[in-house]
Amino acid sequence: MARIDLDHIRHAYMAKPQSPSDYALKEVHHTFEDGGAYALLGPSGCGKTTLLNIISGLVRSSEGRILFDGNDVTPLSTQERNIAQVFQFPVIYDTMTVYDNLAFPLRNRGVSEPDVDRKVREILSMIDLDSWSDRKARGLTADQKQKISLGRGLVRSDVNAILFDEPLTVIDPHMKWVLRTQLKQLHQRFGHTMVYVTHDQTEALTFADQVVVMFEGEIVQIGTPAELFERPKHTFVGYFIGSPGMNVLPMELAGGSARVGSNEISLFAPPASVPSGKLELGIRPEFVRIGREGMPATITKVEDIGRHRIVRAQLEGYEVAAIVDEDADLPAEPRLLFDPAGINLYADNWRVETAQ
Amino acid sequence: MNKTWNNKAWFMVLPVLFLVAISAIIPLMTVVNYSVQDTFGNNEFFWAGAEWFEEMLTSDRFWAAMGRNLLFSGIVLLIEIPLGILIALNMPKSGWGVPVCLVLMALPLLIPWNVVGTIWQVFGRVDIGLLGYALREVGVDYNYVSDPFDAWVTVIVMDVWHWTSLVVLLCYAGLVSIPDAYYQAAKIDGASRWAVFRYIQLPKMNRVLLIAVLLRFMDSFMIYTEPFVVTGGGPGNSTTFLSIDLVKMAVGQFDIGPAAAMSIIYFLIILLLSWVFYTVMTNYDAASDGERRDG
Amino acid sequence: MLELRNVSTLVSGRTHIDDVSLKLERGSLNVLLGPTLSGKTSLMRLMAGLDRPTSGQVLVDGKDVTGVPVQKRNVAMVYQQFINYPAMTVYENIASPLRVVGKSRTEVDKAVQEAAELLKLAPYLERTPLNLSGGQQQRTALARAIVKGAELVLLDEPLANLDYKLREELRAELPRIFAATGAVFVYATTEPSEALLLGGNTATLSEGRVTQFGRTVDVFRRPRDLVTARTFADPPLNTLAVRKAGDRFLIENGTGFPVPRHAQGAVDGPCTIAFQPHHLSLVQPAGEAIALNGTVSIVEIAGSESFVHLDFAGTRWVMLAHGIRQFKPGEVIEFWLEPRHVMVFDGAGQAVSTAAVAEDA
Repeated sequence: MARIDLDHIRHAYMAKPQSPSDYALKEVHHTFEDGGAYALLGPSGCGKTTLLNIISGLVRSSEGRILFDGNDVTPLSTQERNIAQVFQFPVIYDTMTVYDNLAFPLRNRGVSEPDVDRKVREILSMIDLDSWSDRKARGLTADQKQKISLGRGLVRSDVNAILFDEPLTVIDPHMKWVLRTQLKQLHQRFGHTMVYVTHDQTEALTFADQVVVMFEGEIVQIGTPAELFERPKHTFVGYFIGSPGMNVLPMELAGGSARVGSNEISLFAPPASVPSGKLELGIRPEFVRIGREGMPATITKVEDIGRHRIVRAQLEGYEVAAIVDEDADLPAEPRLLFDPAGINLYADNWRVETAQ
Repeated sequence: MNKTWNNKAWFMVLPVLFLVAISAIIPLMTVVNYSVQDTFGNNEFFWAGAEWFEEMLTSDRFWAAMGRNLLFSGIVLLIEIPLGILIALNMPKSGWGVPVCLVLMALPLLIPWNVVGTIWQVFGRVDIGLLGYALREVGVDYNYVSDPFDAWVTVIVMDVWHWTSLVVLLCYAGLVSIPDAYYQAAKIDGASRWAVFRYIQLPKMNRVLLIAVLLRFMDSFMIYTEPFVVTGGGPGNSTTFLSIDLVKMAVGQFDIGPAAAMSIIYFLIILLLSWVFYTVMTNYDAASDGERRDG
Repeated sequence: MLELRNVSTLVSGRTHIDDVSLKLERGSLNVLLGPTLSGKTSLMRLMAGLDRPTSGQVLVDGKDVTGVPVQKRNVAMVYQQFINYPAMTVYENIASPLRVVGKSRTEVDKAVQEAAELLKLAPYLERTPLNLSGGQQQRTALARAIVKGAELVLLDEPLANLDYKLREELRAELPRIFAATGAVFVYATTEPSEALLLGGNTATLSEGRVTQFGRTVDVFRRPRDLVTARTFADPPLNTLAVRKAGDRFLIENGTGFPVPRHAQGAVDGPCTIAFQPHHLSLVQPAGEAIALNGTVSIVEIAGSESFVHLDFAGTRWVMLAHGIRQFKPGEVIEFWLEPRHVMVFDGAGQAVSTAAVAEDA
């Protein structure tokens, strides 16, 4: 287990990058603390997998250094970095048994058979595959195979970090819940440094202590799930995290309140300084209340998704989504209220700091 | 599975069936006809029953040729399969080298059998051939015309040169279909080069390898043109394979009856071996198919 | 209209599809929901005419088409993989099914422009598919399926290979696109949330059987049996084996709670109660509620809400709690269950009664 420092990492897949747009990964300078659970979240092509491969050593970054516990590992191979990685599609050795799959990394490193046996049995019970140990790995289901991939990382007690590259892609929804919680329990029990790449916000938020949101080769925000939800630093974070994403409405500042169309919306805290640029108000659907008070709106669509409903409304030509409980009633002449605690202001897409 | 068949497709197959009948089934029946009769020319035939078959199966000449065939196929497979795998493993997986290698590999396959024979016949001659002459100059006593061992070496090298490419191309196709994640995982697991081959590459290649073995076996078992052109079955009978012997008997000695019986035995052997291979392969497919069904 | 009548398939002695009967109306969206290997793809192949059922009939507008090959039916299919002609432009890709049937140039152009408009592909018509994002590639495949004017459009997990957010966008548009064409749409998915977002009708599949078919919301709220309820739940359904004795449900650990009003008609004896994770609450709800104690095993935080995994009487439950809740593993907490949301299933797994909420809806 180790602390991982990314020291001014940049990466371009072409030989001689000229402009910043040639870089698949623009300037990443960040530290993953020892024993932390991190998620790299972003759409495809945002550079998250590139960053993961730079950590594992499968890709050598064009610029910058990478340090494990303060030691420069930039020139080291994947094998020498002593990390484990779980891939999108389960990688198993199909001709081997489940037991031999788990023993493989240890035997390759010349660990003595009694130690291999002790360690493998321990991991088998941890990932609930005890009774499968003598089965050939080829006939297993996708989630069992993925557990084996994870198990091959866990058997080595000295790994510096365990990296995950969208590991739940091919897993059925029900098994996703099981695997996710098992993974979290393993993390709490053993405290490995874990880095998890995904495009699925639920996976990122539920897994990680700190979520790194990436967009077009850059980190746009690093924060706890709560921070990303309540205070998105960039409108992209507001859009990408949350389902549906944050409502973003053009606004003007009028003293201590915001003006959206003809509506005055009081702010919880006014901005620290008068921002310049395109001003927008961001509010998550969870903070929009529908009732008999507030700004008049028309409801265009109600989507019943079981545990709650998503109401799509028009507010003076702007589309606003709201989340309401499954048994809440919607008035005939609906009005919207924005919870002041859930309002964020954005200037040119970046969040404006408030006075407090 | 119960596919919904389009019956019109059968009409499309009719012309081919017709051609196959003319080119294969009718000649084959003629051969069967000859194999149970005797003739002394003049288009007169006498019923001989199983006589020719008995004669063939008890003749030393037949079993000697058969032994040579099996030995030849065995040696050729033992060289071509590992060599083919080795070359395929070392071929580039991307970049400009890929098309270059593929074209180079495909070249020998494009040359007709008799041309290959002629090339090597000239190449190996000790008086004017580049190889034969060079060998003689460096002091190797090499003469495929007089020395049976040299003749065998020549025929085998020729076949290896001609056909290893096929094994390479098949193996290469199997290798490039392995996702990168497997190699990355192996690196992370600290696997040696040998372990990567044994546990990742070989398992992913074994389907194409079965096809390669089947094709190379059938083909080498039926070898005719190359040794006929280069050694003509000699020196002595040392490179007389079943096919060459067959032609000698039928055309050279005009023993049509025994030759026909021999053809049929030869045909049945190849049919039997192909069936064995086919069964092995389909069983293997069924065993590994269980995992890939999707709902 | 597409109808399947007692359709079954057997493949080398194993049942893939088990006595399925379905009636799908024109202009309707029908979701096939079930885990991997539940028979979704096999069922779609039967509908398309790629496979012939071992027994049973397939009817289109009342006409028996069992055994009629796919080429002779008017069917379009979209797969999980983005399948387009790589060497053709988006325009030519969309136009290809029309060219095959020899439509005139003006007709082709009109249809392509319309489909491109509907799927927001108009700016990309001159590009080739490989120069597009995954979402746009799949839009192209969808446009080709729609332009064909097929009577039956089959979509086999079409959004599975897309990013979460792209999925969300396309999913929101799909019902509108479907409504505009008037074909029978069949959409296979493994995700309950996707079925709910798409709306329409849902058939839940389990081991080759259709366990229930009806309006999506109805199937979700009023599952006919435990298998359906489990299939149609994400997060997983909370269940508990209990014994009904008069007006009380007895739990194995000796405790119990009153039988909710809507389930009092059930016969005494073993049964299973079930409810959705959001029907458990950390704060006492306004109405009638039962207080329970459970041990926290792990908490997952998802921004605005927390998934609290609990052990209760030897069973694992999930609670979906509002806000961010931190509990230590092993901590014993008190929580509430509203009896009106509880579904009750008899010993054979058949629904005795479903949540009262469903009655109002």
